[in-house]
Amino acid sequence: MAILQAQHLTVSYLRDGRHTALAIDDVSVTLDEGQVLAILGPSGSGKSTLLRAIAGLEVLDSGRVLWQGDDITALPVHKRGFALMFQDGQLFAHRTVAANVAYALQIARMPVPEQRVRVAELLHLVGLDGFGDRRVTELSGGEQQRVALARSLAARPRLLLLDEPLSSLDRELRERLGRDLRRILVETGTTAIFVTHDQGEAVLVADRIGVMMDTHLVQEGPASEVLESPATEEVARFLGR
Amino acid sequence: MGGDRDPVTRIRTAPSTVIATVLGVGLPLAFLGVFFAWPVAAMIGRGFADGLGGFAEVFARPRTVRLIGLTLAQAALASVICVVLGLPVAHVLYRLAFRGRALVRALVILPFVLPTVVVGVAFRTLLRGTPLDGTFAAILLALVFFNIAVVVRTVGSAWEGLDPRQEDAARVLGASPARVFLTITLPRLGPSIAAAASIVFLFCATAFGVVLVLGGTKFGTIETEIYLLTTQFLDLRAASVLSVTQLVIVVALLAVVGRVRGGTQRRAAIARRARRTDAPAIVAAIVVTAALAVPVIALVERSLRTTTGYGFTNYALLAGTGSRNALVVPVWVALGNSLTTAVQATLIAVVVGLAAALVLSRSPRRPIARRALAAFDGALLLPLGVSAVTVGFGFLITLNQPPFDLRSSPVLVPIAQALVALPLVVRTVLPVLRSIDPRLRESAAVLGAAPWRVLRDVDLAVVARPVLAASGFAFAVALGEFGATSFLARPDRPTLPVVIFRLIGLPGGDNFGMALAASVVLAGVTVAVIALVERLRVDTVGAF
Amino acid sequence: MKYAILAAAVALVLTGCSAPSTDAQPLVLVTHDSFALSDGILDQFTAQTGIPVQVQSAGDAGQLVNTLVLTKDSPLGDVVFGIDNTFASRAVDNGVLADYASKDLTSAEDQYLLPEGQGREQLTPIDNGDVCVNVDHEWFAEHGIAEPVTLDDLIKPEYKDLFVTEAANSSSPGLAFLLATIAKYGDGGWQDYWTKLMANGTKVDAGWSDAYYVDFSGPSSEGDRPIVVSYASSPPFEVPEGATEAPTGALLDTCFRQTEYAGVIAGTKNPAGAQKLVDFLFSTTVQNDIPETMYVYPVNAKATLPDSFVKFAKIAPDPFVVSPADIDENREAWLAEWAAIATP
Repeated sequence: MAILQAQHLTVSYLRDGRHTALAIDDVSVTLDEGQVLAILGPSGSGKSTLLRAIAGLEVLDSGRVLWQGDDITALPVHKRGFALMFQDGQLFAHRTVAANVAYALQIARMPVPEQRVRVAELLHLVGLDGFGDRRVTELSGGEQQRVALARSLAARPRLLLLDEPLSSLDRELRERLGRDLRRILVETGTTAIFVTHDQGEAVLVADRIGVMMDTHLVQEGPASEVLESPATEEVARFLGR
Repeated sequence: MGGDRDPVTRIRTAPSTVIATVLGVGLPLAFLGVFFAWPVAAMIGRGFADGLGGFAEVFARPRTVRLIGLTLAQAALASVICVVLGLPVAHVLYRLAFRGRALVRALVILPFVLPTVVVGVAFRTLLRGTPLDGTFAAILLALVFFNIAVVVRTVGSAWEGLDPRQEDAARVLGASPARVFLTITLPRLGPSIAAAASIVFLFCATAFGVVLVLGGTKFGTIETEIYLLTTQFLDLRAASVLSVTQLVIVVALLAVVGRVRGGTQRRAAIARRARRTDAPAIVAAIVVTAALAVPVIALVERSLRTTTGYGFTNYALLAGTGSRNALVVPVWVALGNSLTTAVQATLIAVVVGLAAALVLSRSPRRPIARRALAAFDGALLLPLGVSAVTVGFGFLITLNQPPFDLRSSPVLVPIAQALVALPLVVRTVLPVLRSIDPRLRESAAVLGAAPWRVLRDVDLAVVARPVLAASGFAFAVALGEFGATSFLARPDRPTLPVVIFRLIGLPGGDNFGMALAASVVLAGVTVAVIALVERLRVDTVGAF
Repeated sequence: MKYAILAAAVALVLTGCSAPSTDAQPLVLVTHDSFALSDGILDQFTAQTGIPVQVQSAGDAGQLVNTLVLTKDSPLGDVVFGIDNTFASRAVDNGVLADYASKDLTSAEDQYLLPEGQGREQLTPIDNGDVCVNVDHEWFAEHGIAEPVTLDDLIKPEYKDLFVTEAANSSSPGLAFLLATIAKYGDGGWQDYWTKLMANGTKVDAGWSDAYYVDFSGPSSEGDRPIVVSYASSPPFEVPEGATEAPTGALLDTCFRQTEYAGVIAGTKNPAGAQKLVDFLFSTTVQNDIPETMYVYPVNAKATLPDSFVKFAKIAPDPFVVSPADIDENREAWLAEWAAIATP
C-alpha cells in the first residue's frame, strides 16, 4: 500500500490579476514508505508547484492528497507532519543555527535538555558539529543548506519535501552534499520527494524518477528504467538521450 | 488507483486565519470608525444639513480656488524637497558606519517634535530682515525643516534592509555609482519613498501653525481656512465643503501612491565604511543636517540668554509656575503628564498599527479582497489629511453617549495623539512585513507551526526592530502633538506643548525664556527616548 | 494577533479607568485654554457647597462659544467661563445659556453689563482687560522721537515702519484692535484709516507671540519695531526686578476693552449648583486671584489689586466700544474687508 497518494492535483494561479493559468494539470503521484522520488523537469514545468501542493501550501483547484489512505487535503500545512526544504532563503536570520534546527522541536514541546541532544545529533549527521551558536548569516551556502536539512529532519517528518536543495551550490559541493543527502535519507529511513532539474542529482539521490513537462507528469518509474527508456521524444530530448 | 477523476475539492481557508484577519482588520477599523470616521462624518453632516448648495457657492469664491492651489503647491513642493534632501541623509545614516550614528539619527528627528509656535518664532527671528521673511519660500523652508525626518527615517529603515549585493553586482558590471543609484537602488526604494512622500504631503497639506506664523497673513491653506471658518465664523457649511475637498485631495493622492508599490527583498545588510563614491552623499548629508541645526541652535542659544548674559536661569525657573504664576502646574509636572499620555498613545498606535500592518502585508488571491485591502490601507492614512479642528469638534458632538461618553475623559488625548501616530507606525512596519520572504513563513508552517505561531516566530520576530523604531517615532509625535491636545487636554493636566504655548502667549522676559527652555527640554527628552530605543534594538535582532 | 488584541483591550481599559470618581456629581466648568486659578481656589467652592468642580477646556475663546453651540443638544457642562464681548451675541442668540446673572452684582459693575437682550440676562462679568497699543519707552528715548499717543498718530510719517499688529482674523488682540479702529472711525472711515496704516509700513503678523517676541523692540523681544498691539497689562511684566519704571507703556487712548463673562449653560442638571458657581467666580475669592493668574482685571469693585498692577498697569479711562450685536452681525464682512486691505 502506497503511503502517499496525490490524486489528480490541479493548481492554477492568477497571471495578470485577471486571467488564470494552470501551474499543474491533473498530476497524480504515489510513493511507498522509505522511498525517495525525484521529480525531474525543466524550469516552469510545474514541479515546484507539485511539491507545494503536496505540502499544503497551494490551494488546489481539484484533486486530493491521501496519507496512508486518509484524506489530508483539508488538513492545514502545520498539522501534516511534513518538512520542506528550499533552495535558499528559508533560515530564520534572527535565530542561531541551533535555534533554527530546534524550531520544530520547540513546537513539539520537547524538553530543552532533549532538544539539545537532538540538535547536536542532527548537526553531527549533517557534518556541522559545533556550529550551534553561530549566526546563520555567517555560514556559507553549503553550510546553510546543511542547517536547513538538519532543521527539516529534526522532528522526524513523515515526508521530506526537497525543492532544488542543491541548486544554489557549486558542482563539487553539490555532488558531495548529494551523496551525503542520500546517505542521510537512507540512514534515517526518510520518505522523500526531491525536485531538481539535474538528472545527475536525481540519479544520485532518488530511487524513482518522475518527469514533468509543461504542467503534466509525463513519465514515472524506477530511476534506471526512466533513464533507459524515455516515454516520449520530448522526455528523451530533455534527458539528453 | 482509479483513472476516473475525483470530484472537485475546494480547499477552504482555515477558520483561525479567517478569525485573525477579521480581528486584524476589525480592531483598526473599529478604532478609526469610532474615533475618526464617525466624528468627521457628523461634523461634515452638520454643514450639509440644508443640502449640498454650499459647493457651488464656496467654489465660486476666488479665494477658495487660490487656497486650494496654494495648499497643493506648498505640499507638493515641500514633499519633493524633503525627498531630494532626505535621501542622502538616509543613505549616510542608515548605510554607512561611523561613530555617533545613533545620536545623529535621533537628532534628525528633533525638528519633527518641536512645538510649531516656538519654531515659528525661532525661524522668524532668524529670517527677520532677510528678503525671505513672510514669503512662500519661508513656509517651504519651515515645512521641510519639520518633515524631513519622515523621509530620512522611513526611507532609511527600508534602505538599511536592502541587499547590497545587487548594487555590488551592478558595479562589477561596469555601472557608475550614479547609474547604480538610479537603476538599482532608487527603484527598490520606490515604495518607501512613495510612502514617506505621501506622509509628508499630508502633513504639509494640513500644516497650520507654521503657515500662519511664517506666511504672515498672505498665505493660507485649506486647513487655515477651515480653522477660520469654524472657529471665527461658525460657517459650518463652507467648512464642510472645504473638509470634503481636503478628503478628495487626500484620497486622490493615496490612489496615485497606491500604484507605486511593490515588494523589496531584504537580506542581511551590514553598514559599511564610507567609500570615495559616498562623498557627494556625505557632503549633502552634512549640509542638510547643518541647515537643520541652525534654527535649533538659535533656539538653544536664546533659551540660555539671561538679562546679564548667558546662564541656566530660564531652566531653573522651570521648577516654578512662571512669572507671577502664569501656569497651573510647574513645567516638570507638565512634562510628566506629557510622558504619560505619550506612552498611552504609543501603546494604542503600535497595537492598532501592528494589527493593521499584519493584515495589509498579506496578498490575498481574490481580486476583490486585494482591492478591499488597498482601500483599508488608504483609510489608515486619512487621519493625517483631515483638519484637526474638524476632528476635535467632531469628538465633542459624537462621543457624548454611552458607551463612548468620553468627552471629558482624559482618554481622548492619547487617542487623538494615537490617530496622528498610527499612519507612521503602519508606514514604518508595513514595508518590512511585505518584504519578508514568504518561504520563511512556509518553512515554519511546514515544520509544524500553527498560523499564530508563524506570526509570532516569523513576522513579529522580523518586525521587532522596525516596531521599536516606529514606537519611538510614534512617541515623539505624541509628545509634540499640540493641535488636538490643546483642544482636549484638561486644564489641570496640561501637557508640555500646551504649557509652552501658554508661556509664549504671555508678555515678559521670564515667560518667553521659560517657553524656550521648556522647548529645549521637550526636544532633549524626545531625542533621549529615541536614542534609547535605537540602542535597545541592537540586541533584539542581530542580522536583519 | 491574540496578544495584540488583548494588549489593545488592556490599554483601553487602563486609560479609560483613570477617570476620577466622586460621590457628589461634579459641576463641569467649561472654559478656554487660558483659564487658570491658583491651587486650592476651586477647592474652597467644594468646601462651601460640597460640590466638586471639574474644569473642561474647549480650545481658545472662539472655539469655546462654537463648542457650546455645537453641543447644545448634549451640553458639555454646567457653567461656562470665558465668553467675551466679541462672541457674547453668538452664545446668546443660539440659546446655549440659561437666564441667570449673579445676584451679587451691584451698580458698581454696571459698566461691564451687556445691553439688554444681548446677554445682560444670561452673562455675569468676571474680568476685563484692555487691548492697547504698547510702546517701547527706551527706543523712543534713544532715538529722540516723541511717542505716539492716539490712533491718528500711527499713520503719521514719523512713525513709518515702526508699528506691528496682529491679523484680525487669526488673533484675538488683532480683532480687538480692528474693533477699536471701527469704533473710532466708523464705517467707511476705518477702511480709509487702515489703507493709510498699511501705506505707513505697518506689519501684520499672524499671532501675538510672533508680533510681540519677534518684531517688537521691547526688552524681552528681538525686533526693531517700537510700537505693538498688546494688552494694557503687558507693561508690568517687563519691569525688571527692583525697578520703579516700566520700560514699556500702553497708550490709553487706543484701547478696546475685552470683558469676559460667565454663565449657566442651558440644560444643566444642577441649575442651583451652577448658579452658585457663577456667584463664586464673581466672589472676591476668585476675583482677587484673577490678576496674577490670568493677567486681567477683576470686575468686582470689592476686589483688591496686587502691587504690580497698582504701580504699573493702567486702565483706559474711556475705551472704545462696539456693541456685541454689531460685532456678531458684521464680523464676517468686516474681516473680509479688513483682509482685502491689510493682507494683499
